[in-house]
Amino acid sequence: MATLVQAVRLALHYGEEHLGVTDVFGEDVGPPLGGVFTATQGLKTAWNTPLDERGIVGTAMGIAYAGGRPVFEIQFCDYAFNVIDLLKVAGNQRWGSAGAYPMPIVMMTPTGAGIRGSMYHSHSYESWASRLPGWKIVMPSDALDAYGLMLSAIIDPNPVMVLLPKALLRVRGDKLIPGEPDDPAELSKRIDAPLGDRSKWVPDWPAVEKYLIPFGVGELVREGQTATVISYGRTLPLCVQAADELKAQGFSFDVIDLRSIFPYDWQMISRSVLRTGRVAIVNEDTEVTNFGEHLLRRITEEHFYDLLVRPRLVQGRHVPGIGLNPIYESNSVPQLDQIRDALRTLATDPA
Amino acid sequence: MPSPQKSYSGSEDYLPHRSGPAIKAGRRVFSGFDSLPGDRCLEIYKIMVRARAVEERTLKMSKSGEGIFWVGGPGEEAFNVCLGLQVQKGCGPAFDYLHLHYRNLGIMLAMGMSMADHIRQMAMTATDRHSRGRNFVCHYAMPEWNVIPVTSVIAVQYVMAPGTALMQKRHGGNGVSVVLGGDAGSSEGDFSSCMVWSTRPGNELPVLMIVTNNGFGISTSTKTQHSERNISDRGEAFGIPGEVVDGNDPVATWFALERAFEHCRTTRRPFLLEAMVSRLHGHSSSSGAARVHNETDCMRDFERRLIQEGVIHRELAELVWHDAREEADAAVEQVMSEPMPTPDDVDRFTYAPSPVDAVYPEDYTGLPR
Ligand SMILES: Cc1ncc(C[n+]2csc(CCOP(=O)(O)OP(=O)(O)O)c2C)c(N)n1
Repeated sequence: MATLVQAVRLALHYGEEHLGVTDVFGEDVGPPLGGVFTATQGLKTAWNTPLDERGIVGTAMGIAYAGGRPVFEIQFCDYAFNVIDLLKVAGNQRWGSAGAYPMPIVMMTPTGAGIRGSMYHSHSYESWASRLPGWKIVMPSDALDAYGLMLSAIIDPNPVMVLLPKALLRVRGDKLIPGEPDDPAELSKRIDAPLGDRSKWVPDWPAVEKYLIPFGVGELVREGQTATVISYGRTLPLCVQAADELKAQGFSFDVIDLRSIFPYDWQMISRSVLRTGRVAIVNEDTEVTNFGEHLLRRITEEHFYDLLVRPRLVQGRHVPGIGLNPIYESNSVPQLDQIRDALRTLATDPA
Repeated sequence: MPSPQKSYSGSEDYLPHRSGPAIKAGRRVFSGFDSLPGDRCLEIYKIMVRARAVEERTLKMSKSGEGIFWVGGPGEEAFNVCLGLQVQKGCGPAFDYLHLHYRNLGIMLAMGMSMADHIRQMAMTATDRHSRGRNFVCHYAMPEWNVIPVTSVIAVQYVMAPGTALMQKRHGGNGVSVVLGGDAGSSEGDFSSCMVWSTRPGNELPVLMIVTNNGFGISTSTKTQHSERNISDRGEAFGIPGEVVDGNDPVATWFALERAFEHCRTTRRPFLLEAMVSRLHGHSSSSGAARVHNETDCMRDFERRLIQEGVIHRELAELVWHDAREEADAAVEQVMSEPMPTPDDVDRFTYAPSPVDAVYPEDYTGLPR
């Protein structure tokens, strides 16, 4: 089974071979490194850029204007704050030109905490990103989803941002990507660049196949009766684990992996909330102002009389950063214990 | 009398029709050792007049309530028209890309855009082909001529130009990515980015960087903020050749542009051209847009020269002005009868149709349902 980052690489390879990707680029994206997280090793269209995020975004837009299909990496989302106006411009090109210019670009960037990344490798980005109309924003929480969402991102003729949870990049999936070899060791041998001199290395790509996850379609990863939990990215597997653990206490949860931040799967959310009447949203972005609040607002407005107890948002604290000492991280973004407690309270709150 | 639209569509036959063989086509107009033939000068002059006439008419719209905000390029006509006439116009990487800012009407008129297509944006009509009444005037977008949407965000065009230029270089041929902005905007990092990205060793790009230097960013004199002698000197560190030209002189400008284009077309490398221009109505309507009289007016200057050199006579100049103003008035009258956007337009064109979007397969339709 591929890791999440291997799945991204396989998807980009598929994109180069079958979907017309012309350029995969960013800081340290080309040889010899192939990306600081290895997402772009061995890709035939990968190239290194100057250390200039604004140049990267602008160049991607230029390539797209001239008919190319670029995928660019911002090395860490923590360094995508100086491009937010350009992302805004990318999102409004089609609208502003009354349909004259589409903007088929894909931005991928590692996001969130969980790798002891300190102040500048731990930011979340989805709440910022959700305020970029014209974009589509996705965040996979496992390898197969990463593959399917990346292929959709490449096919979609609009700007798409693929947020990759840093903490999950090296996590192995439990489902095979179509065409992926069964043995993870074989996969690694074929597509992971060797340590040391790589100048002669070429990957031996497996013949991976088309597999699409459409935007706006969440995944119900656990089904239950007691309450609804909506999450994505790093906190999703923690929600699943918490839900599984609480089974012993007689509670069962709908756990929704949103996968698409925008457009989000309102039907899945709505159906589940209608059934359970209890809902918690879990993510790690800071609480002022958090994308989960938008979902809460809609749930409250549209399901006010269906709710049995007050809805919850479990989220990151409104602090300037995540400190390096693990004490900071574990006390500023949701951890398993906190999520488990929140779900238990949600389940036991008297209606 | 021919209709205003018609009388300028074929510039060659204008004079014989209207006032007999007044043109002394054999005459040349000089700037230093450079000279342009009379018929080329006349072509430039007539487009400059049309540009000025439509600018002035558009400005009036901002005061009369026919439009809201005005920004534009009175004072930059000489430069813009010479540039527009040298563009290899078309769609795709075989042709030039234009990354413009908001003072480039003259370029568009020289390329063949109608006055009405400028005025529609001012009037915010649904027929505004650049933005359907969404953007300020002079914020053009025309894919069939590679005119990249003009955005109000200063200098961002400089980071997009290397992208189109990269595709042009890959494609082959001699297409150039022209990117243009003001002097104050050259302070933005995006300006430096453009120099870095278009001179990556082994990956140099055909980007024609242009600064139209009017000496100001809104109210701030650039001299109070910049110490470089010329903005174009900044290219030197990157090996980008540059030149400063008097953008008020169409003859000098014509040849400076020719050299700059030639460099980019043949070497497939960047060039940095700085054109000194005037700003004859201040920054925009938000600063009053009153006529400024202490700056060179390229329009009147050139006209005087053409009369002095015997390329045209005063009566003809007056006719050219008269027809240009009539053309502008007629275009405004036409445009003001055209439909406005409706509330249904608000969401339109947010998204291109997508086969992989379960919520928005066609376009944005409000929050996910
Ligand atoms: C990034 C950005 N900052 C500020 C502004 C507001 N603004 C609009 S035009 C302008 C001055 C631009 O001056 P210059 O680049 O010299 O061009 P000019 O208007 O003189 O042609 C400013 C500050 C803006 N539009 N974009």
